[in-house]
Amino acid sequence: MSVPPNFANTDTGSGSCQRLTEANNPSSKVLRLPQDQPLRLACDQLLAPISIAYETYGELNADKSNAILVCHALTGDQYVASEHPVTKKPGWWSTLVGPGKPVDTNRYFVICSNILGGCMGSTGPASIDPATGKPYGLNFPVITIGDMVNAQVRLIDHFGIDQLFSVVGGSMGGMQVLEWAASHSERVFSAVPIATAPRHSSQNIAFHEVGRQAVMADPDWCGGDYHSHGKVPRNGLSVARMAAHITYLSEDALHHKFGRNLQNRSQLTFSFNADFQVESYLRHQGSTFVDRFDANSYLYITRAMDYFDLGASRGDVLANAFRGTKTRFCVVSFTSDWLYPTRESRAIVHALNAVAANVSFVEIDSDKGHDAFLLKEPEFFATIHGFLSSAGVKRGLKV
Amino acid sequence: MQKALQYPGTSRVDHQLIAEMVEPGSRVLDVGCGDGALLQLLAETKNTDGRGVELSREKVNACVMRGLSVIQGDADRDLADYPDQAFDYAILSLTIQATRQPKTVLENLLRIGHRAIVSFPNFGHWRIRTELLLTGRMPRTRNLPEPWYTTADAHLCTIKDFVDLVALIDAEVEQAVAFNTSGQRLPIRKSISLQNLLGEKAVFLLRKRGAG
Repeated sequence: MSVPPNFANTDTGSGSCQRLTEANNPSSKVLRLPQDQPLRLACDQLLAPISIAYETYGELNADKSNAILVCHALTGDQYVASEHPVTKKPGWWSTLVGPGKPVDTNRYFVICSNILGGCMGSTGPASIDPATGKPYGLNFPVITIGDMVNAQVRLIDHFGIDQLFSVVGGSMGGMQVLEWAASHSERVFSAVPIATAPRHSSQNIAFHEVGRQAVMADPDWCGGDYHSHGKVPRNGLSVARMAAHITYLSEDALHHKFGRNLQNRSQLTFSFNADFQVESYLRHQGSTFVDRFDANSYLYITRAMDYFDLGASRGDVLANAFRGTKTRFCVVSFTSDWLYPTRESRAIVHALNAVAANVSFVEIDSDKGHDAFLLKEPEFFATIHGFLSSAGVKRGLKV
Repeated sequence: MQKALQYPGTSRVDHQLIAEMVEPGSRVLDVGCGDGALLQLLAETKNTDGRGVELSREKVNACVMRGLSVIQGDADRDLADYPDQAFDYAILSLTIQATRQPKTVLENLLRIGHRAIVSFPNFGHWRIRTELLLTGRMPRTRNLPEPWYTTADAHLCTIKDFVDLVALIDAEVEQAVAFNTSGQRLPIRKSISLQNLLGEKAVFLLRKRGAG
């Protein structure tokens, strides 16, 4: 970090301020679980009280059989198909979820909640610790994907839904889908894990460690207590986001988008300014991310992903996670995704085959890298639509 | 495992026969399921719980879009993953000749399924014999259009060859039917020489010897 990108002069005011507001008083709906209904975490701590911020789309039908839980990825949130209150951008999956879309909100009741440990209204390190009246910071317990799912279970209980029609998610959202299918299989009629893995690879842990070290090396991180000091580790979190963003793309995608094109200039400046378009693009990605995301949340959530290993607690046999499952699975991967490559999806499929589960598996041809799952890929959309439609028939949903 | 052979106009006759062989409501694995036509037929006429395996990504995607449970995979590589007796029927239609290890694939089918249904093009058909005899070159018929150096059909066999393999792996034939070029059925019983000459393709219903 000897040459940090020049964010120091950018606005640290309104974005961060509004982000803090969203962390404790979100614009979305919130389920508040009181002190006497704590969540037992994987680390064996009890966490209470808990807020779960969520959005819903469409109508829950009379027998509560049409609910789809959408699980978001590392930097996602509950605004899957509605405008983000801080960035004012459309929902992160509004191409896939909405009226007449593959996840059709005219037909399904879609629930999306901010994960435990997030910073958009669900309890996380930016939330106020009732014991101290200050943000948890590093006093927040280390959480797991299983803990996130257990919080979602409370939300589904709150709606009185016995069985979700489907659980859908990509990347870390896909990990939650797998966790739901493994730990609560009777409550999952169908599951769509997309661009994900049954356990986080060594390479992916390595990338996350780079990101965390970037955050923690920023003096403004203040040992995790930056809220109290009125600071934000902008440079650190920006660098973390920049490095991570590269892993979401592919070499081809970067080459096609930027090549070696220069940014608003005709020749090299012989400096460390953003001469290249790709540099300017990454700096922009970094700085806008800081405005909407909490640095400690980034540490906690990446840690949860690193800890994810579905087979580890089941005799190191992934198939044990799915033994006896009646859930219908649709596993999706993308050809150019090197962060969660097809072989990871294939490992899931092999485990499902080993228990003769009902599984479809599609690899979508795309040069967009891991990010492809967030983009409008027609073959991908047709797959999701086809799978959910046929599962809907099996579930007895009205067409 | 590529489905290199196409039988325009007659593809339905073997599907029809397979649909007659399958008990209603059974669990079926179709290996090399192509565009899913057989799985769809079985689901509609026999209310089966069907799964498919297909090598071609495009065909897999087409199947899933149609609501069929199909994975992208390979008979040689992926059948080993499945547990014993997970299905009532394991079907391999017009695919065995394109596998690398037909014997292993067939053994796996009989391990995974209580019964196996296998269809294949008959290389003993009189037209193929005649072409080889008269031209001295590898036969290229309407059913075998590819030259020897590009075809995926590396393990072509005759009906007699197949019956020998069935005996070798300790399986028995419950039912076998050959189809002539017009799609008429030629039941295969004790004597198979005529069927081996007139049959363009054949469908076998198999089970492990001694299995119920």
